Amino acid sequence: MKSYKTIREITGPLIILDNVEGAHYDEVVQIELKNGSTRHGRVIMVDGDLVIVQLFESNLGLSPTNAKVKFLNKPLTLKLSPEILGRFFNGLGKPIDDAGELFAEKEVDINSSPINPYARDYPSEFIETGISAIDGLNTLVRGQKLPIFSMSGLPSQELTIQIARQSRLKNKDEKFAVVFCAMGITYEEADYYMNNLKGLLDKTVMFVNLASDPAIERLATPKVALTCAEYLAFEMDMNVLVILTDMTNYCEALRELSSAKKEVPGRRGYPGYMYTDLASIYERAGRIKGKKGSITQIPVLTMPEDDKTHPIPDLTGYITEGQIVLSRELYKKNILPMVDVLSSLSRLKEKGMGENKTREDHSGVASSLVSAYSAGVNAKELAQILGEGALSPRDKIYANFATSFEEKFLSQGFYTFRSIEQTLNIGWELLSLLPKEDLKRVKKQYIDKYLKN
Amino acid sequence: MGKIIKISGPLIEADNMENTMVGELVRVGNLKLTGEVTLIKNGVASIQVYEETSMLQVGEDVTPTGELLSAYLAPGLLGGVFDGIERPLDKLYGLEGDFLKRGNNIDRLDTTKLWGFVPTKKVGDRVSFGDEIGFVMETKYFAHKIMVPQGVGGKIKSIKSGKFNILDKIAVIEDKNGKNHSVTMLQKWAIKTPRPYLKKHSPDIPLITGQRVIDTLFPIARGGVCAIPGPFGSGKTVVQHQLAKYCDADIIVYVGCGERGNEIVDVINEFSSIIDPKTKESLLNRLVLIANTSNMPVSAREASIYTGVTIAEYFRDMGYNVALMADSTSRYAEALREMSARLEEMPGEEGYPAYLASRLASFYERAGSVENLNKTNGSLTIIGAVSPAGGDLSEPVSQATLRVVKVFFALSSSLAYSRHFPAIDWLQSYSMYSKNLQIWFENNISTEFEKYRTFLLKILQEESNLLEIVRLIGADSLLNKEKLILDTAKIIREDFLYQSAYDDLDAFCNLKKQFRMVEAIYHYYDKLSYAVNNGVGFRELEDLNVKTKFKEMKYIADSKINDFDGILQQIDDEIDAKLDFGGEDEKL
Repeated sequence: MKSYKTIREITGPLIILDNVEGAHYDEVVQIELKNGSTRHGRVIMVDGDLVIVQLFESNLGLSPTNAKVKFLNKPLTLKLSPEILGRFFNGLGKPIDDAGELFAEKEVDINSSPINPYARDYPSEFIETGISAIDGLNTLVRGQKLPIFSMSGLPSQELTIQIARQSRLKNKDEKFAVVFCAMGITYEEADYYMNNLKGLLDKTVMFVNLASDPAIERLATPKVALTCAEYLAFEMDMNVLVILTDMTNYCEALRELSSAKKEVPGRRGYPGYMYTDLASIYERAGRIKGKKGSITQIPVLTMPEDDKTHPIPDLTGYITEGQIVLSRELYKKNILPMVDVLSSLSRLKEKGMGENKTREDHSGVASSLVSAYSAGVNAKELAQILGEGALSPRDKIYANFATSFEEKFLSQGFYTFRSIEQTLNIGWELLSLLPKEDLKRVKKQYIDKYLKN
Repeated sequence: MGKIIKISGPLIEADNMENTMVGELVRVGNLKLTGEVTLIKNGVASIQVYEETSMLQVGEDVTPTGELLSAYLAPGLLGGVFDGIERPLDKLYGLEGDFLKRGNNIDRLDTTKLWGFVPTKKVGDRVSFGDEIGFVMETKYFAHKIMVPQGVGGKIKSIKSGKFNILDKIAVIEDKNGKNHSVTMLQKWAIKTPRPYLKKHSPDIPLITGQRVIDTLFPIARGGVCAIPGPFGSGKTVVQHQLAKYCDADIIVYVGCGERGNEIVDVINEFSSIIDPKTKESLLNRLVLIANTSNMPVSAREASIYTGVTIAEYFRDMGYNVALMADSTSRYAEALREMSARLEEMPGEEGYPAYLASRLASFYERAGSVENLNKTNGSLTIIGAVSPAGGDLSEPVSQATLRVVKVFFALSSSLAYSRHFPAIDWLQSYSMYSKNLQIWFENNISTEFEKYRTFLLKILQEESNLLEIVRLIGADSLLNKEKLILDTAKIIREDFLYQSAYDDLDAFCNLKKQFRMVEAIYHYYDKLSYAVNNGVGFRELEDLNVKTKFKEMKYIADSKINDFDGILQQIDDEIDAKLDFGGEDEKL
C-alpha cells in the first residue's frame, strides 16, 4: 500500500494531494499523524496525479508536513458477523462499547449495489404498530419506507420508540431486529432512545453520530447502518426496522460538504444531487423475492420552520412511500400521538389492508374517516370565522365528528397498544355519528355488518 | 484506445480519443462499464458513465465501440423489463441475483429464441426504408412487423419463411447499384434521433382511459402530449398507472425514471394480474418497461427517456397506437443539471442548464399522430409526470413543460388530503384537444356530449365562486338556485369525478356509461331548476330518494346500462310529485 506526504492544501473537510499514482475513485485513505493518531477519508476526485480527499473526521491539527496519507485500495467497508446484534458503533462503524473489535465474518462495501428492481418483492404484509392513526389510516407494511416529518419542539422520539416497541407482525415466529442510526442528535436524545430500546437490546444494533461528532462523518452513518441492515435482512432472514434520525442533520452535512467543494448550490443552498443522494439511502428499504427478511425504514426529519415544502421534507416525500406528519396543534391539545392524519399518507396502505391482512372493511372505513374529518376541520374553520350559528345542520354534525375523532380515535397516548380490530371498531363508532347516506366510500354490505345504531 | 485521466463521480475524462464521436458508446475501465462521449477537446473526451464509477483508477483503458448509443429493436421487447440503456433486468436477475453488478454487457434481447417469421413480400418486390417485409406473432395476438432498416432499399432478391432468431438473415435486398444487403429482424437506432415519418396529422381521436375526469372533462388525444405535475402524495403515479393499465393504446411503454423501485414491481404485478378484455391475455404482453430507479446511476436517467421513446416510435412505425408514460421527467431534468454542473457549464435558472427547455420540447415533440413511411397510420402519445419542488409550478421544469403540452392535469394536494381521487383539480386543469375531439364524440357517443361537458365545467366553476361567498357570509344567505348549484356540484364531485382506482367495478368506466352518468346529473339539475323556478323551496328538494341512486351509479355494471333509464324516470317522478304538491299548496 502506497503512502504519500504530498498534501498541498487543507480546506475544511477537503485535502488535496499531488503526485499520487494510480489512486482509485471512492477509495478510502488513512491519514497517519506524527503523534500516532489516525483519521480517515475518501477519494472524491482524481485528476491525473492530483487527488481530492474528503475527510470523515476533523481537520484540526493536520498539516502538510505532519501527515502521511495511505491509500487502502478499497472503498469504505463494514465488518459483519451475527454477533453484531446488541453492539454499539460510532458513525463509521467502529465499535465503541466495551466488547472490543467485532470478529468479522465478512467485510462489505457500505455503498452496496442497487437492488435490481426486478428482484424486488412488493411490500404488502401489514405491520401492526398498535397506533390507530397509523394502523387505521396510514397502514405501514413490511419493506416500506415511511418517514416521520417532525417539527422542532415535538417529541418525535416518543412516537418512533412507540413504533419500535409495539410493532408486531402477524406471524410471530419471524425474527425481528432494530437498527438504530443517529446522525447529529444530542446526547440527551440518543440517551432517550438507548434507554427505551433496552428491552430490545439483544435485537438492536446502534450506530451513533452525536451532534458533537464531526458533521462529515454522518454522511457515512446511514450507509453503514443500512449495510448492517441488509446483512441482517437478506442473509440472516430478519425483519429489520431501521430508524434514521435526524435526516435534517444529514442533509445539512451534505450541504456543508457541497459548499466546501464549491459546487453550484441548488434550492436553499442544498446541492442539486440531494435527491439522488437521499434516494441512495431510502431505496435500500424493501423486500427481495425469495428472501424471508425485509428492511422497513422509519427516517425521522425535522422540518425547518415547520415548512413541508422545504427541500429536505420535499425531496424525502418524493422518494419515500408516504409520510407521517406531526402536528403542533394536536400536541398542544394533548392529542397524542400528535399525527396530522390529513397530510399524512402511506402510499402502500391499500396493499396492507383488507381481508386476510387486516379486515375486509378497512379500506372503506379509513377513506370515510379521513374525508369526514377533513370536512369537519373545514366546518370548524368556518365556525371560527362566522360563529357556530352560521353552520348548517350538516356542517355541525361534521364539526362534532372532527372533535370526537380527535378525542377517541387519534388520542391514545404513547403507551397504549390498540389492535387493528379495536381501531376499526372505534372507527365505526365514529361513523355512526354521520348521516348514513354520506357513507359513500364503504360498501353497503359492510355498513350492514359493522355499523351499530 | 484511450486512457482515463480524470474521474469525478459519473463523469470521467480520457485522453488519446481524437477519433471518437460525440454520442459514441464506449467501454470504460477494466470492468468495461458503459459510457457515452459528451464532448471532445484537444483529444480529451469527457465521458458520461452509465454505471457506478467507484474504485475506477486513472490509467485504465477506454475502448470506443464505433457505435452511437442505440436502442435494439426486434421481437422480444414486449413484456420485458430493461434498465435505462436497455439491459434486460429480468435476465440479469437470473444471471447475477438480487443486486445489480457492474460491467455486464449481455445481449439486450434474446438472440437464441426462435420466432416464426411470415413474409408479406415476395422476391422481386421493391421496398424501401420502413416498408413491412413480414411479421412475427410476438404474442398470440400481436403481430410484430419486420420493417426494412434505414439505409436499405431496392429489390428483394430472396426472402425466407420459418423459424429464425433475431440475428439470422431473413431476406436479401439488392439496391440500385446492384449491391446486396442482408436483413435481420434486429435493427439498431440511435436513441437521440427521432425515427422519421411521412407526415403528422392533427390528433382527432381520443385516447380512452376509462377515467371519468379525464375522458369527459379533459380528454387526451391519440398522438397528443400531456403533463401531470403535482406535489408528492397527490397521486401522480397512481394516475400514470391507471392510464397505463386502462387506456386503449396497443402498446404501452412505461419509463420509471428516477422513481421508486417498488413502483416498478407494482407495474409488473398489476399488469400481469389484469386480463386484456380484447385479447384475453395478461396486459404484460403489451408493455415494455424501462426502469432507472432513483438508486440506479443518475447518468442513465436521460438515456432511459430516450430509449423509451425510441422503442415507442418503433412500434408506432408498425402502424400501432402507442402510449409512453414517463414518471418522472423532473428526475431526467435533474440528471441533466447534475451532469451539466460536473461539466462546469454555465448554469441557467435554478442551476438547470440553458438547454433544458429545448431538450424537453424536442422530447415531447416526438409524440404525434402520423402517417408512417410505409403509409400506415400510427400514433405516439406521451404522458409525462412532473415533480415540481415544493409543489410550486413556477420552477423551470414545470414551466418548460407547460409551454409544449396540450393537456394539463393539475394534481392538488388539498384534494388528496380530503381523499378525493384522482386528485385532478378541475378548475386548473385543461385539455386543448376537446375542440379537435368534439366531432369524434358527436359521431361515436352522442351529439349532446359537448353540451354536458360544458355543463359540468360551468357548475364546478360556479360552485367555486359560491363557496367564496359562503366562506364570507355563510350558506343561509344563498338563493334557492344557488343552493341547487352547490348541491349539483357536490353530486358531480362525489358521484362522478371521484373514482376509486382500487375498486374492481369503478377502476375503469367506459365512455357510454360516463355519458349516461352525466346525462342523469344534467337531468337532475335541469328538473330541479324548473321546480325551483316554479316556487318549490330547495329544502323540500334536498333529500330526494334519487340521491342514493347517484351514490350507487358508479357501481352499475356495463351490462345493466339501461338502469340509467330508471334513474331518469325516478327523477321525473319525484319532482313531478313535488310540483303537484307545490301547486296544491299555492291553491290553498
